[in-house]
Amino acid sequence: MSALGLLFTVAGLALIGWLVARMRAATFRRPRVARFSALPAHHGWFVGICTLAPPLIFLAVWSATAPALVTDAVLATPAAAMLPPPGFERASILSEARELGAGRSQGAFHDLAEKLAPAYARAQHRYDTIATAAALLLAFAGGALAFTRVRPDFAARTQVERGVMLMLLVASLIAILTTVGIVASLIYESVRFFRLVPAGEFLFGTHWSPQVVDSRDPGASLGALPLFWGTFFIGAVIAMAVAVPLGLMSAIYLTQYARPVTRRWMKPTLEMLAGVPTVVYGYFAALTVAPAVRELGVAIGIRWASSESALAAGLVMGIMIIPFVSSMADDSIAAVPAAMRDGSLAMGATTSETIRKVMLPAALPGVVGGILLAVSRAIGETMIVVMAASGVATLTLNPFASTTTVTKQIVDLLTGEAEFTSAKTLAAFALGLTLFAVTLALNVVALVVVKRYRESYE
Amino acid sequence: MTFPPKIQARDVSVFYGDTRAIDHVSIDVAQDNVVAFIGPSGCGKSTFLRTLNRMNDTVASARVDGQILLDGEDIYAPDMDVVQLRARVGMVFQKPNPFPKSIYENVAYGPRIHGLAAARADLDEMVERSLRRAGLWDEVKDRLDDSGTALSGGQQQRLCIARAIAVDPEVILMDEPCSALDPIATAKIEELIHELKGRYAIVIVTHNMQQAARVSQQTAFFHLGQLVEFAPTSDIFTNPREERTRDYITGRYG
Ligand SMILES: Nc1ncnc2c1ncn2[C@@H]1O[C@H](COP(=O)(O)OP(=O)(O)OP(=O)(O)O)[C@@H](O)[C@H]1O
Ligand SMILES: [Mg+2]
Repeated sequence: MSALGLLFTVAGLALIGWLVARMRAATFRRPRVARFSALPAHHGWFVGICTLAPPLIFLAVWSATAPALVTDAVLATPAAAMLPPPGFERASILSEARELGAGRSQGAFHDLAEKLAPAYARAQHRYDTIATAAALLLAFAGGALAFTRVRPDFAARTQVERGVMLMLLVASLIAILTTVGIVASLIYESVRFFRLVPAGEFLFGTHWSPQVVDSRDPGASLGALPLFWGTFFIGAVIAMAVAVPLGLMSAIYLTQYARPVTRRWMKPTLEMLAGVPTVVYGYFAALTVAPAVRELGVAIGIRWASSESALAAGLVMGIMIIPFVSSMADDSIAAVPAAMRDGSLAMGATTSETIRKVMLPAALPGVVGGILLAVSRAIGETMIVVMAASGVATLTLNPFASTTTVTKQIVDLLTGEAEFTSAKTLAAFALGLTLFAVTLALNVVALVVVKRYRESYE
Repeated sequence: MTFPPKIQARDVSVFYGDTRAIDHVSIDVAQDNVVAFIGPSGCGKSTFLRTLNRMNDTVASARVDGQILLDGEDIYAPDMDVVQLRARVGMVFQKPNPFPKSIYENVAYGPRIHGLAAARADLDEMVERSLRRAGLWDEVKDRLDDSGTALSGGQQQRLCIARAIAVDPEVILMDEPCSALDPIATAKIEELIHELKGRYAIVIVTHNMQQAARVSQQTAFFHLGQLVEFAPTSDIFTNPREERTRDYITGRYG
């Protein structure tokens, strides 16, 4: 039976269990004093869940362990004695044999694979049969056991509730475990990198040229300081120089000055900026802004004005970030109690005095939190810098010069031929980990600041 | 009374969009009187109070008809400077709303924005005088740099009164200034109103009949946006002319 067929069969069994239990429960006579502790539907669901859950759990565990069992069985056959010792070749022969055995490929590169293929097919078939039988048995057993409990006084309702709770718990655990897994693999690869290159050299080295890594001293050309600087310069300095004033001012206009009608169309329009795909910003930066910035640089007499300048990438990134800043600022200004504003206006302050002296100071923590979140987004932003920033790492304060960023370098390191053991490739993971640590820290700080601020107005 | 009234409202109607919240109200507030506004919830007391310093301007849908004169000057005239008007007609709100600044800065706020103090010493003196008048000085004189929001509710409300009188207004509007306070803090505010009487014209909205009787010389009873009766407080409470007033103050409805 195919895997899909098996799933359908199990689901069918569950459906039958649901129906039967419902029907049976429907025949219960209404007790004279107490109310039913569960309705027929609850009994149905109880039996259905008990039918469905055991085989599903079994199959999930099975699908993780079965391939190893199959391989073990194949290795036990006489033909396997001819396999080379563990290593790359052995693994590739085995995987070829598996594909052949499953009928997913026609011919094989190694002769041995063809010999092993039937053994694979046989072992696979045997274990599949076992799995099918076990799953069906579990479904029957679970369903039958549950069915015997369907009695008028059985609290199926609470049992179903528990089942639902477990399901929801599993769903949220999956998301959490995935995150943990991703971070763990990031850390694992980074540790491998830091075995080749000392952390100090990586974090504080000023020379970055991954194209010419000397395998005896990889740290010498993998100093990431210029990347960190470039990232900070583009994402936290130039982009914020654009996004903070513009975002803040538009938030003030929208919350304090704009009439409701104006606000109704202006706010969504502004927020639409956030919906523009970053790749669109990317080519806008590369094709329109970068040349213009270069010309401006040349015009004001900067000889080394690059066509991949930090300024171009930063400007466009700033535009992209405006809606984040403005909507965070908007929220925090709107969260300042109206009484505060009225109090100031009633003293004879003008609207702008009220904003400057009362609203903004009161909203400041929220605004700062919003800016930190925006920075964390900006330094993690990839598309714009991949398209518009340069690949050359320079430690410079000149916005017209070319600079590169962490994200851009990660992309460069991992595209093309990647060898997963070289210091060069592993450096991408170390960069990723550093970036992750910084954005995480920024987010945590921002959330703490914003939360503290919200509480002060509860 | 020989003085002309401080505030004269002539035929004032207020609309929120199309709904009428105040219906042709005329009332005079004398120079040195305390006037209480009473009436059931939603009858328009706050709305009318807020027309007197044009705080209704901040409500986009609000529109005011009729005439309100302050010392004979139409405050809704096109050339009226709202900033100056609000400095002359101060306001204290239902919920204490000190700014999230120090106690000192709260009181200094008005003098600063209106440029009343030439030097720091002047400002210090204004702050002290206002806090003294508000009966708060002794409680806060050692912690002027603490945040105004860290005070108790009653202290906060007196701070707001100090803030309002720091710019030397001629009229003080109070919208249920004690409704968020306990009886002791309420008594302090009432005592304060007694002391401020004579120096400022005071209009106070209250739901508390005893309070109206205690602090005011004149009482206005509003009902459904109309001014039902406006008379000396003693008359309103002992011998009201209108049936509706009697029903309200005896607690038969509202
Ligand atoms: N901003 C507003 N927009 C629209 N309608 C309003 C607004 N403010 C008040 N109103 C309406 O105007 C009427 C009078 O309200 P107002 O707040 O003046 O009553 P009040 O007498 O102060 O009541 P309370 O004693 O509960 O404070 C009410 O019907 C209210 O719904
Ligand atoms: Mg009111």
